[in-house]
This record gives sequence, structure tokens and C-alpha cells, in this order.
Amino acid sequence: MKTLVLVEHAGGAIKDATLAAITAASKLGEVHLLVAGKGIDGIAQSASKIAGVGKVHVADDAHLEHQLAEDVAPVAAQLMGHHDAFLAPATTFGKNIAPRVAALLDVMQISEIMSVEGEDTFTRPIYAGNAIATVRSRDAKKVITVRGTAFEKAAREGGSGTVEAVDAGSATGKSGFVSAEMSKSERPELTSAKIIVSGGRAFGSSDQFHSLLDPLADKLGAAVGASRAAVDAGYAPNDYQVGQTGKIVAPELYIAIGISGAIQHLAGMKDAKTIVAINKDEEAPIFQIADIGLVGDLFKIVPELTGKL
Amino acid sequence: MKLLVAVKRVIDFNVKPRVKMDGSGVDLANVKMSMNPFDEIAVEEAIRLKEKGIATEIVAVSIGPAKAQETLRTALAMGADRAILVQTDDEVEPLAVAKILARIAEEEQPGLFILGKQAIDDDSNQVGQMLAALLGWPQGTFASKVEALGDKVHVTREVDGGLETVALSTPAVVTTDLRLNEPRYASLPNIMKAKSKPLAMKSPADFGVETAPRLEVLKVTEPPKRQAGDKVGSVDELIGKLKTLGVVA
Repeated sequence: MKTLVLVEHAGGAIKDATLAAITAASKLGEVHLLVAGKGIDGIAQSASKIAGVGKVHVADDAHLEHQLAEDVAPVAAQLMGHHDAFLAPATTFGKNIAPRVAALLDVMQISEIMSVEGEDTFTRPIYAGNAIATVRSRDAKKVITVRGTAFEKAAREGGSGTVEAVDAGSATGKSGFVSAEMSKSERPELTSAKIIVSGGRAFGSSDQFHSLLDPLADKLGAAVGASRAAVDAGYAPNDYQVGQTGKIVAPELYIAIGISGAIQHLAGMKDAKTIVAINKDEEAPIFQIADIGLVGDLFKIVPELTGKL
Repeated sequence: MKLLVAVKRVIDFNVKPRVKMDGSGVDLANVKMSMNPFDEIAVEEAIRLKEKGIATEIVAVSIGPAKAQETLRTALAMGADRAILVQTDDEVEPLAVAKILARIAEEEQPGLFILGKQAIDDDSNQVGQMLAALLGWPQGTFASKVEALGDKVHVTREVDGGLETVALSTPAVVTTDLRLNEPRYASLPNIMKAKSKPLAMKSPADFGVETAPRLEVLKVTEPPKRQAGDKVGSVDELIGKLKTLGVVA
């Protein structure tokens, strides 16, 4: 089977979630990549060095600069004429484009796979991760998004793929990029961080959220996450949200502070290796899944923890 | 412009789903069902666009069992003008849903088709994007802000790195994220009024769409359970444990 993996890149670098999608693709067969964008020679070269990659298809054109779904999907659909499976990372980037490719191919997409059980059989989470479905696709071609935390990342070095330019198509003219407001941070990215400290509504304000959590995160070299309640309350920006509808994370250590543990939050972090919960309510559901729990006042505990680490 | 809004009847957000013993699915017998939360946000956004004078009519559409009429009545009580139920007792997959909605869009000719970004039962996150592709329309997915500016609709999208704004020509598809708005509750007088608003009954066959599943569900299981660990009494003890586990130096 020949697979085509859509490469997610930004700021001149390939995102980790792509590497997990490549591992999933390698379980199905030969791995080819699609890199779309403008002025992306460097990305294409990096992509060709990823372990296990055969061919890198490069669609390089001005109208692909912002990788809008309307413009990228037809390029992918065209290439699917000689590939059997299309895979994209289950990130906001991949989720935006993959279903569009699926519809163009008249294929029912398999979203957010957690394992490859066979060439047409996969597992995927449903009901906010409260159930796992094993599904078999009857479509001749497959369109798949891949949960990044469920697969090892392919090595960035060791491959010797060939780079080939492909027809980049033309702009639909129906959509255009206006602006982006990206969070700037020196901290690691949430989805690839080894340690995450995450805060909930108990912090009471945006000031307290950042003045308490940021120093602890910096001490640990950790990323900062938040519960939906904290994001809704405006304590943290949307891209901090961990949970079923936010980011799915699986760090070595997840420290949940002032987070009660709603089902949809647990769905986003319960694959962490070690979970620490700090909460003043000893009945909070988060303690039912935490490896280490500490009941008490976060306003006392967090500064003490930061000081002693 | 006219707005179409898609709504799905799903397990209530607050109910913990239970996997059936025989592994055939999730037990929905005698379980509270409600409108998918992301779809409530879609209905609310449509109403706000009408209140601002941008939209003239709101048509709510659902695909599902006869009981999905209740879900549509909720949309009508919130402020939609009329409703269409494409009635079927079968499970309809996102691709077939998108095909039916595309046919309805061709008939109704809306300026915007607003949908929730995903349903909280199958968590597919596909229908909006598929619908846009089938119609050849632009899409603004995971919206946290929708603004009509001249002949374009500007959609601010929640993306992994922050926020991105795109300008779409109409007609277009918008899918909603959590922070787009806070849906209103329907008032009692509006619930009463909704009972007399028009609700058309259709079937998938009326649109010539084949709904046989492409994905066969072989089994549904519970995820592995995590066991609760120990509680510690102090920060020092916590640091001691973390060091023993080797997760902090």
C-alpha cells in the first residue's frame, strides 16, 4: 500500500505531530509525503531526511503560503490518484484539511486513530474518550487523521527520500488569509512537552494564574496548560486548553492544579505517565486518576513547590 | 441572507456514557438526550446574526430519529424560523450527512451554513469540512468570532498556536468552537411559540443519498482504567515521590 502523509509545518520547521502520523502510515505501507506552502525548499529537504520516507511531493506556490484547506485539499486529492491512504495529524491543521480531501474522494474519513489493527482496521476514541471503537473501512482508499500521542515519533534523521515538485493547482479565490495571532512562548509546546503544569478555575484570575503557574513551569522546563473552565473564564488563551475539544497530551508528568477533573478534561490528559493533582476538595474526581494527590490550598502549595524544586 | 444551521440529537453533555456489555456500542436506552453543545452555539450565532440585521431567515436542519423533532423544537424556541427533519433510524455517517446537507443547501441557497465543529458522540469533526468541499464553498472551521464585513465574512479560528482569521466569500460554511458565544435559554413563551413554527419531514431517499455505512464498527470497548494512587500530606513528600519516580531531578 502507498500512503501519502500531509506534513504540518510552521516557522520553517516540521511539527512533531507529523512524525507520529508518519509512524502510523509506515504500519500501512510505503510512506510518501506532501508538503504544501510557499518557499519551502528547506522544509522539503528536512522532510526527505525523516526515517522511512520514500518520496516527498512538494507543492510550492504563492497561493499555498497559508495552507488554506480550500487550496491544499485539491492538491492532496489529485495525488491520491496513485496513493491508497491519506494521513494527516489530528491537529487543528489536519482536522481542517483531511475531511475536505475525504469528501473530494468520496471516502468516509477515520478520525483520530489510536492504533492500526490491520490494513483497513483501526481504533479511535468516541464519546470524549469514554469508549474506544474498533472500525473497519469499506472504502477502497482511506483518509485518516492520527492522534499524535498514540504513536511514536519517526526519527527526523536517517531517511533518504527523493523530492519531487507537483502541480500546486491554483487559488480558489473564495478564501483568503487575513491575520494570525500566535501565542509566543519560550516554553515547550503543549503537545510535545515532557512536563505540563495545568491550572483550573480555582486560580481566580488571569494574574494569579500566570504569577503562580509561570514560575513553576519555568523551574520545571514545563509547558503550561489549562482546563476549559480556566480558558472560558479568560485566565488563559484558547491554545492552552487541554481536553477532548482542546489538546490531547501525554507527557511524562502532568501536574493538575485547581482542576476538578471534568470528563472532557480527563479525556485530554489521562495518558500522561504520571499525574499529580493538587486541589483543596479531596472529593474532586481528578484524585481518582491521579498517581499522587495533595489536598490543600494552591495559593500556599504552588509557591512552596516552586521554591523547593 | 438566509442561514442554515445543522443540529444533532446526542447524549446529554452531563451524562457519563456506558459501554454495552456485548461491546456493540454505547447504551443510550433511557439516557437523557440533548442538542449537541457545539450545535447550540451554531444556533445562537445564527440568531445573533439575525438580531444584527445581517440574516433574514434561519432554517434549522437535523438528520436522525423522529425524536430529533424535539431538538429542532429547541432550535425553534431559541429563535430559528423553521425546521427540516430528515428522518431515519439508521446511524448516518458524516459523509452521508454532508451529502444530504449539500442537497438541502442547493435547494435553500443560504448565505452561510453554520454547524458545530463536532458532535460529542462520535467526535468525528468532519461534516462541515465535507459539506464545504461537496459544495465547492470556502470554510471557516473552529470559529471563535464571525463578522460580516462588506461582501466577505471574516472568521477567527481557534488553531493550535493561537488564533487565525480568514476572509470568506459567501456562500460559506462555518463550524463553531466553544468560545464563539454563550447560547441562550429558550423562554417559556418562545417554547410555546415554537410549537406552531413549521417543521418539514423528509427522508434520506428524498435527497437520493445512500446512507449505508462505509465504516463497520467491529466492537466498542471501555478504555483502560487508571487506578487512583496515593495522597501525600505535604509539598516535601510530593517532591520526594517525584524524585523517586525520576520525573524531576
